[in-house]
Amino acid sequence: MKIVVAVKRVVDYNVKIRVKADQTGIELAGIKMSMNPFDEIAVEEALRIKEAGKAKEVIAVSVGPAQAQETIRTALAMGADRGILVKAEGEVEPLGVAKILKGIVEAEQPQLVILGKQAIDNDCNQTGQMLAELLGWPQGTFASKVELGAGEVKVVREVDGGLETVELKLPAVVTSDLRLNEPRYASLPNIMSARKKPIAEKAPADFGVDTAPRLKVLKVSEPAKRQAGVKVANVAELVDKLKNEAKVI
Amino acid sequence: MAALVLAEHDNKSLKDATLVAVTAAKALGGDVDVLVAGSGCQAVADAASQIAGVRKVLLVDDAANEHPLAETLSAILVKLAGGYDAVLAPATTTGKNVMPRVAARLDVAQISDITAVISPDTFERPIYAGNAIATVQSSDAKKVITVRGTAFDKAAASGGSAAIEKVDGAGNPGLSKFIGQELSKSERPELTSAKIIVSGGRGMGSGENFKLIEAVADKLNAAVGASRAAVDAGFVPNDYQVGQTGKIVAPQLYIAVGISGAIQHLAGMKDSKVIVAINKDEEAPIFQVADYGLVADLFKALPELAEAL
Repeated sequence: MKIVVAVKRVVDYNVKIRVKADQTGIELAGIKMSMNPFDEIAVEEALRIKEAGKAKEVIAVSVGPAQAQETIRTALAMGADRGILVKAEGEVEPLGVAKILKGIVEAEQPQLVILGKQAIDNDCNQTGQMLAELLGWPQGTFASKVELGAGEVKVVREVDGGLETVELKLPAVVTSDLRLNEPRYASLPNIMSARKKPIAEKAPADFGVDTAPRLKVLKVSEPAKRQAGVKVANVAELVDKLKNEAKVI
Repeated sequence: MAALVLAEHDNKSLKDATLVAVTAAKALGGDVDVLVAGSGCQAVADAASQIAGVRKVLLVDDAANEHPLAETLSAILVKLAGGYDAVLAPATTTGKNVMPRVAARLDVAQISDITAVISPDTFERPIYAGNAIATVQSSDAKKVITVRGTAFDKAAASGGSAAIEKVDGAGNPGLSKFIGQELSKSERPELTSAKIIVSGGRGMGSGENFKLIEAVADKLNAAVGASRAAVDAGFVPNDYQVGQTGKIVAPQLYIAVGISGAIQHLAGMKDSKVIVAINKDEEAPIFQVADYGLVADLFKALPELAEAL
């Protein structure tokens, strides 16, 4: 069986982002870009399933600009077998990405699609769920454990109250949470050999998808900043301030 | 103009997150109905009917909805969405799980985690872990929205007298089933509704040492939280995590102990009214957002604090 993994090129998680002065977006010029950390976890999970002998092929897919090819190369260097780049300029909203992924799923017929639970740029947390609905598949979101059986997959999910386990009929969509696994680093030989792995190039129109955004970004602004307060000398002073100045206890 | 709010509950009681979503729904300017979908959940519907300003409560009481599976819940919402201009849910793990399916089926963009309603089609939402705020305008006829729990006041839980109308569910399409859950049991208040939270980070050193945090929390009737580092290290369970990908909280008082203050963590607690940081590293970024900072060894400071309260 095949596994499709979706990966997104985003601003590296270590970068402290800056809002553009004209409030049209985030300053991206010269900024380090990387694979969305949740997607790295998704790739790792797919590879572990393949290494356990339960899958034959892992296909890494990205929707984005030409440079998203680097993100796919990262997945290939980790161990994915081949890539598909769906070239699209500008922001493609989760609904558009889900529609494109649906087209890829219909062409590739995987039994499992794994995605990160959210991208750390727009924090939408939508694409996996939307894809599952469009395909009429079940979903196991925010996964911290995935156990693949013959015709079903058991997913332990991180929920507000603790953990929840669901069983999904295959084919299914899984989205990864932080504690699903620890992604591997690509070794140098693997980075070299990844250059030879094939990446097919597609366009949204190949899947009949219109990626025009439904949400218009009117502005992007800085959040209200908190001012640093005062240092207290000891516990007694802290308790006094909380009682008499802040009046919160 | 009418909006439908998906109620967050455990079949016994209505969760406060619902009240927050009702406030956001009211800000859209029309009537607000609440959907209670569960099993043996009449008490929840009764509670929802008391919420001030709610027009009607729709009750789906069906064994298929004992646990909030995305596949079953979204089917109900899609069925009901025809009668509404907007469908909203709290941005809890349930809301986040279910609502994108509804949006995809309706072929609309979801507006995730809104923090303000500017007009019926324009909203604010945090991006980049809250380091920027986007103002977005939706061109879709129907709006599908999740609401950040700390961003709106709670609607009054009493004063309303909405009628309760029973509606049919959508059954379980047979794609998924609930197997089990491990819920953290605690006598303490829930993190997302607690007035005071005491959180520990990597500096706690072990799960055992969280007893020091608990002793302070007991004195303050506070919830106990943790940073991602503390959860990743296995000190405490995942549901303790406060941060961008954990719980977003905004209590009256947040006490961060042994937490350095990674952007990821600040994203989950920076809207707290008063922040206290206790850390032995005076350079820790947490001090830049703290109203009161105490540079001290937490293993000495926590017992002193428990004693002083």
